[in-house]
Amino acid sequence: MSMTGVLRPGHAQIRVLDLEESVKWYTDVMGLKPMGRDSQGRAYFKTRAERDHNSVILRQADHVGMDFFGFKVLDKATLDNLEKKLQAYGVATERVPAGDLLETGERVRFKIPTGHTIELYAEKTAVGSGVGCTNPDMDVIDQPGITPIRLDHCLIYGDDLDGARDLFVNVLGFTLVERVKLEDGKTDLAVWLPCSAKAHDIAIVRHSEKDKMHHVSFQLGTWEQVLRAADIMSKNRVSLDIGPTRHGITNGTTIYFFEPSGNRLETFSGGYDHYPDMEPITWTWDEVGAGIFYHDRKLNDAFLSVVT
Amino acid sequence: MPKFVVRIEDTGEQYACADGRSVLVGMEALGKKGIPVGCRQGGCGVCKVQVLEGEFTRRVMSRAHVSAEEERSGCVLSCRIYPSSDLRIRVVGAMKKNVCRPALPTGTPSVEPA
Repeated sequence: MSMTGVLRPGHAQIRVLDLEESVKWYTDVMGLKPMGRDSQGRAYFKTRAERDHNSVILRQADHVGMDFFGFKVLDKATLDNLEKKLQAYGVATERVPAGDLLETGERVRFKIPTGHTIELYAEKTAVGSGVGCTNPDMDVIDQPGITPIRLDHCLIYGDDLDGARDLFVNVLGFTLVERVKLEDGKTDLAVWLPCSAKAHDIAIVRHSEKDKMHHVSFQLGTWEQVLRAADIMSKNRVSLDIGPTRHGITNGTTIYFFEPSGNRLETFSGGYDHYPDMEPITWTWDEVGAGIFYHDRKLNDAFLSVVT
Repeated sequence: MPKFVVRIEDTGEQYACADGRSVLVGMEALGKKGIPVGCRQGGCGVCKVQVLEGEFTRRVMSRAHVSAEEERSGCVLSCRIYPSSDLRIRVVGAMKKNVCRPALPTGTPSVEPA
């Protein structure tokens, strides 16, 4: 796919109950690199392999969940063009000034029909991955934390799935890759949507409340690293949801777990490549368990119930 | 290692909660049931209980699920409290598998709201 519009997930701002406890956990257990704090007290992180300045932003609050999820677009002309398209589609947009997030340019912010705040931006300072762009060495994991490759995608829960799906597909150029149908065989319970050739960059599940976060996901290189992540989680008494196991949907191997404020995160590996000419994959209601957790072939209690 | 007995009034289940474990994780660690288990980190609210009797220490929990007034009346998330005496509790929280109800045909108990 020739990528000229929305490139990839770029940042997620997550609310936490105790910032200092969380900063320590995201640094030591997740193995993310602290990238400083801003005047509002928000704490910034990136993975070791990410080149842009930040991808995870923590904000202390009295309730948890996700403030917003941002996608990087190709350049400023693309940002202007996508903002016009959103407005023409009837979506109200606002501009958040450059520098509001550290080392990040102007952002176009809008609400999607599920109530979530999504952002687009073109500029974030490229600070490099640590191995550089000239004759780079392998980035051998030599620290105790999980050390994922990148912020990869998120799964959100909200009421107007159809409206949000159509906005991503019709306005922002995302592709529908997989879907789960409810028992009526028509209504989407869930959809998986990449803006790239990945299996997903965002996924949406139908839910009775607006603006809920199911998980933010980080990519690992191999199944072996998924097992290593599980060992690190147990050693650090991390609250496990399910895994290690495999998703039927996307084919990824996975662990779901909860960070210190109860927001669900995922570390995963694998997943197929998707191109826009491919027919979407459909999961029927009676096999949704295998779609979500391929080995158990059933949903765990928390999957449809526990969100932040 | 001091252990305090937690009694879940709804079911009559009781267990010895090991020192350093929250009421919720203490229950899970012994294979006991009665309180719904969610994030175990004070964020999701499904493990909410009312403490009827006993002393405990607490850690910060989400205000979206426990208001200051509720907290004063002994309503807490069981994943964020640590017994400092024997406790009697009543379960308030529930797993709400709330896939949008209007779109959900009847007769699908696996996602009916609890």
